[in-house]
Amino acid sequence: MTAQADDELWSAIADPSRRRVLDLLVNHGGVSASWLAGHVTFSRQAVSKHLAVLEQAGLVSRRKQGREVLYQVEADRLDQATRAMADLATQWDRRLGAIKRLAEAAHAQAKRNEGSNTAPEGDRHDG
Amino acid sequence: MADLVIEREVLIEAPVEVVWRTITEPGQMSQWFADRVELVAEPGAHGFMGFGDQGGPVVVETVDPPVCFSFRWNHPGGEEPVTGNSMLVEFTLTPEGDERTRLRVSERGHELLAWPDAEKQRYADEHRGGWAEYLDRLAQILVKRQSGWKCQSG
Repeated sequence: MTAQADDELWSAIADPSRRRVLDLLVNHGGVSASWLAGHVTFSRQAVSKHLAVLEQAGLVSRRKQGREVLYQVEADRLDQATRAMADLATQWDRRLGAIKRLAEAAHAQAKRNEGSNTAPEGDRHDG
Repeated sequence: MADLVIEREVLIEAPVEVVWRTITEPGQMSQWFADRVELVAEPGAHGFMGFGDQGGPVVVETVDPPVCFSFRWNHPGGEEPVTGNSMLVEFTLTPEGDERTRLRVSERGHELLAWPDAEKQRYADEHRGGWAEYLDRLAQILVKRQSGWKCQSG
């Protein structure tokens, strides 16, 4: 896959309006641009633009049914995209969790040491 | 440029200096990041991260203790990492009181979508029909395109 194709993919997904269109296509399958326009808050023209971008990125394809053009999600491409992001996010969640445990343990240890250093004079055993 | 941006954060019950040491000292990094970490936290320093019998080069970008640490990785061997051929990992630390730190991490760049075909197919088979859930996840992951968490000098 080329860097340019990646670029198209990420910019296609990054826009919230386009994610809304994708969401509708995922849940309702083959539907027309007019149907989509009836289910979003933006214009029919905007829907067409978003569909063109999604199609260019390979996330959506169209087919003709009678006089209508129906749009559907390209399963493999969407899986690929969502997986890359979910994997990366999960990895970082795991790493941040480990950092949190390490730092909190180190801090607790430092506090315990500090506590024993400031113990009453009589409790100290030098050397 | 249309980059992939992943941003995550965690609240840690420890002072910012402790968190800083945890994310920048090689001995600590090997406990949360790679199996083998050869790295000096100095701007421009070249290092290595080993994962099992694999691994790759890392180049430190920003070191601004105790608030910002960043490095580039996942660039092709033998090349200098720059925007476009690597992923930039950036940590920002924000103290919240004396004993609490918000740690944020972002990873941005051209994510590599090259999975083996068999793995792709298995994944597609397993998850067919579950996209709605993934889209929700996606919306949460893709916080924003241009991060407000970037290091000042980055």
